[in-house]
Amino acid sequence: MKTIKTYVVALISALLVLSPVAYADKWSDQFPHIKATGDIPGECSYEAMSKKNYKGKTLKINTHAVPVMGEPTALHAEQFAKLTGAKVDVTHTPAGDLYAKAMVPFQAGQAPYDIVFGFSNFINDWKRYLEPVPKKYVEMKQMQDVTPSHIGIASWDGVMYQFPVDGDRHYLKYRKDVIDNPEYQKKYKADTGKELRVPQTWKEYGEMAAYFNGWDWDGDGEKEYGSAEVMKKDDLMYAAFYSRSAAYSKNPKTPGGFFFDLKTMKPLINNPGFVEALTDWVAATKYVPPGGINFGLGDEIGSFGGGQTLFSFSWDDAFVAAMQPDSPINNKVGAAQLPGAMKVWNRSTNSWDEGFNQAPFFVWGWAVGVAKKSKEKEMAFDYLCFFANEANHQADIGIGRFGVNPFRNDDFKADVWTQIGWDKDIAQSYVDTLAQMEDSKNRVFPLRVPGTFEFNAALATAAAKALAGQLSPQAALDEAAKQWEDILNRVGKDNVRAAYSVGVAMEDNKL
Amino acid sequence: MNFKHKYVFLFPGLFVLIGILIFPIIFTIRLSLSGWNSYTPEMNFIGITNYIRLFTDDPRFWESFFRLSFLSVTTVILQYIIGFALALIVWREIKFKRFFRVIFLIPMMTTPVIMTVIWRTFFHESLGPVNDLLGNLGVEPILWLSDPVIAKFTVIIVEVWQWTPFMFLLLLAGLLSLPKEPFLAAAIDGASPFRKFVYVTFPLMAPISIGAIIIRLIEASKIMDTVFVLTSGGPGTATETSSFYIYIKGLREFQMGYAATLSFTYLVIMIISLTIIAKVLTKLMIKE
Repeated sequence: MKTIKTYVVALISALLVLSPVAYADKWSDQFPHIKATGDIPGECSYEAMSKKNYKGKTLKINTHAVPVMGEPTALHAEQFAKLTGAKVDVTHTPAGDLYAKAMVPFQAGQAPYDIVFGFSNFINDWKRYLEPVPKKYVEMKQMQDVTPSHIGIASWDGVMYQFPVDGDRHYLKYRKDVIDNPEYQKKYKADTGKELRVPQTWKEYGEMAAYFNGWDWDGDGEKEYGSAEVMKKDDLMYAAFYSRSAAYSKNPKTPGGFFFDLKTMKPLINNPGFVEALTDWVAATKYVPPGGINFGLGDEIGSFGGGQTLFSFSWDDAFVAAMQPDSPINNKVGAAQLPGAMKVWNRSTNSWDEGFNQAPFFVWGWAVGVAKKSKEKEMAFDYLCFFANEANHQADIGIGRFGVNPFRNDDFKADVWTQIGWDKDIAQSYVDTLAQMEDSKNRVFPLRVPGTFEFNAALATAAAKALAGQLSPQAALDEAAKQWEDILNRVGKDNVRAAYSVGVAMEDNKL
Repeated sequence: MNFKHKYVFLFPGLFVLIGILIFPIIFTIRLSLSGWNSYTPEMNFIGITNYIRLFTDDPRFWESFFRLSFLSVTTVILQYIIGFALALIVWREIKFKRFFRVIFLIPMMTTPVIMTVIWRTFFHESLGPVNDLLGNLGVEPILWLSDPVIAKFTVIIVEVWQWTPFMFLLLLAGLLSLPKEPFLAAAIDGASPFRKFVYVTFPLMAPISIGAIIIRLIEASKIMDTVFVLTSGGPGTATETSSFYIYIKGLREFQMGYAATLSFTYLVIMIISLTIIAKVLTKLMIKE
C-alpha cells in the first residue's frame, strides 16, 4: 500500500512539475517568440487571450518605424490577431512625427488610431485625449511588478494614462575588454599618468575616449573610436545633452528644479553647469567616429553595438544589441551609471560646489495610450496588456533592436539575463547599474510640461549649433534660454509651473 | 436667346478652384492670425502677433530663407548648364542616341526619398563607400554630412543629380522644336560651332530656357525631402531650408498658427521674387 502511495505521490509531483512545461509548449510551439519561457500564467497571458473573441473587430495602432518598438508592436499584433480573431492594422511612423500624427486627429476630435505610441514626456499634451488605464489593469499582478518610478512616469496626478511597456534611463556602456585589459591599463598609465578604469567623471570619459580614438585597439583591422553619441538634431539629442548636464547641474543641495527654478520659472539651461556640459560635448565631436555629429539613435546603437567605439551612453538598446549572440562584442561590454563630475553648480550661492556629484537621468521612454474617442477601448487595453505580458516582456527585453527595456522588479535580477547567454558578472553589473539608479536620491526626470516639444526642440537646435561650431556653448545656451522664456510667455508660466511641479516633486523625492 | 445660364457651366470649375486654391489660402491666412498650438488647440484671434514675431524675433527663418536662395539658385544654374550640355550632345546625330536619352532621364524617374537614402549611405563618413574609395587613394575622410559648408554642397550634388534630367528633357524638347533655317543660314555663312551656339542656338532657346529655369526654381525652392533625409537640416542649422523650418514649426513643434504665418509670408515672398526673376531673365536673355 505504501509503495502505491509513493508511486501516486511521485506521479502527481511529476505532473505538477512538468505541467507548466507542457502548458508552455502548447503556446511556444505556435509562437516561437516565447520559446525560452513558454506562456507564463497571468491576466493577459496567451492562454487568457485565447479565450477572448474579437472576431469581426478591427484594432488600429500607430507605432514607431521598424525595428525599435515598431517590430514588437507588429509582432504582438499578429499574435493577438491569431489568438482573438481580431484584425489589427499597424501603421509605422518615424519618431519625429509620432507626436503630430496623434495630435492632429486628437485636436480634430477624431480617432483614426485606437492605440498611439509616443514618448512618455508627451503625457502632459496627450493626457486629455487619452483614456485612463482602467482599474482592473492597474491592479493586476503584472502591473504590481512595475517599479514605482515607471508607474510615476506613466501617470499624472495619480491617474495612469500610459500603459507601461518600456522603461528607460541613460547609462554608460563601455568596452570591458579594453577598460579591464591589464596591458591597456599599463599603457594608458605610462602615456597619461592616469588610471584606466570605468570613467567616474565626464572629464575622465573624455580623456579616455580621446586616447582610444582613431586606432585599431581591438585588432580587427579597422580603426576604432572614442565614443558613439546621439548628436543629430531632432533625433533625441536633447536627451543626450540632459544626460551630460545632470552631473554638473543637478545639485542635491538645491531642490526645486533642474530645467527651471520652480519659484521664478527662470530657465536654468544656460547656467554654468549646463555650459560646462556643452563645452565637454563640443570637445566630444573630436572623438566620435567620422560623421558622428550626425548620429541618431539608430547610428549610435549600430556603432557601439557593432564594436566601433569604446564608450556610449543612452538607452539600453545599444547595450542589449552588443550582448546579443550575433554581436562581434558579445560579452565584452560593461554597464555603469552615467559619469559624474567633480563639481556641481549651486544656483543658490551662484558658485560651484566642489566634490563628486552624480545624477542618473530617467529619460523618457516609449509610452503608449488608448485614445479617449476609440470605440474599441477594451480590445485596445487587452492588446497592450498582452504586449506587456510576462512571456512577451521577457522575450522582448533580450532583443536589442526591439527597444523594450527593463521596468519591472523582476528585470533587475541577474538570472533573467544569464538565461539568455550573458556572462554572470556582466549581468550583475547591468542589473546593479539599473538598481542603483532606482535607488538614487539625486535623479533627473524628463521635462513633462505643456509644449514639451517646443522646449526640447529649442534646446536641441542651440546645442546642435554649438556642436557644429556655429555658436559658442554659452551663446548657444543663452539663445535656448531666451527661446524658453518666449515659450513660457506663450504657454503661460503658471501652466508650465503647475505641470513642472510634478516632475520636481519626483526629483526631490517627494512623490 | 438668354445666355445667362452659361454661367452655370462655370460653377464646377469654380467650386474646384475655390476648394483647392482659394479656401486653403484664406484658411492659412486666418490660421496665421491665431495662436493654435499643442496646448491651445483653437482658432483664437491674436491679431498680427505671429507676424511681429516673424519680423522681429525669428532670425532662424530668415537664415533658412537665404540658405534656400543660395541652394536653389546654385542647383538650378548647375542643372541648366549640365542639362543644356547633355541636351546638345543627344540633339546631334550620335550613336546610341535613344539609349543615352533614356539613361540621362533615369535619375528623375527614381523616388527622391529612396535615392536620398542611398546617397546618404554613399556619403556616410565612416561606413560609406565614397570615403572608403577616397581612403584607398590616400585621401583623408571628407565630412560630407557633418561639416557645415561641405554639407551644403552635398545637398547640391544630390539635387543636381536628381533634377538635371528634368532640365535636360525640357531643353531637348526645345532644341528639337527649333526651326532648321537659321542653322542652315549660319552654316552657309561658315559660322563655327561656337558662334552657331552663341548667336543662333542660345537666343532661339531663350524663351524655353526661361520657362525651364523658372519651373525648376519654383520646384527647387520647395526643397524638403532631400534635406529631411540627407542631413535633417544639420549639422546645426547649416542646411535648414524654409520649407523644412516651416515643417519643424508646424508638424514637429505643433505651432500651427505660427507655421501658417511662415507659410503665407513665404508664399508672398516667392511670388514676388519669382516674378522679378522672370522679368530679369527675360530682359537679359531675350533680345528684341
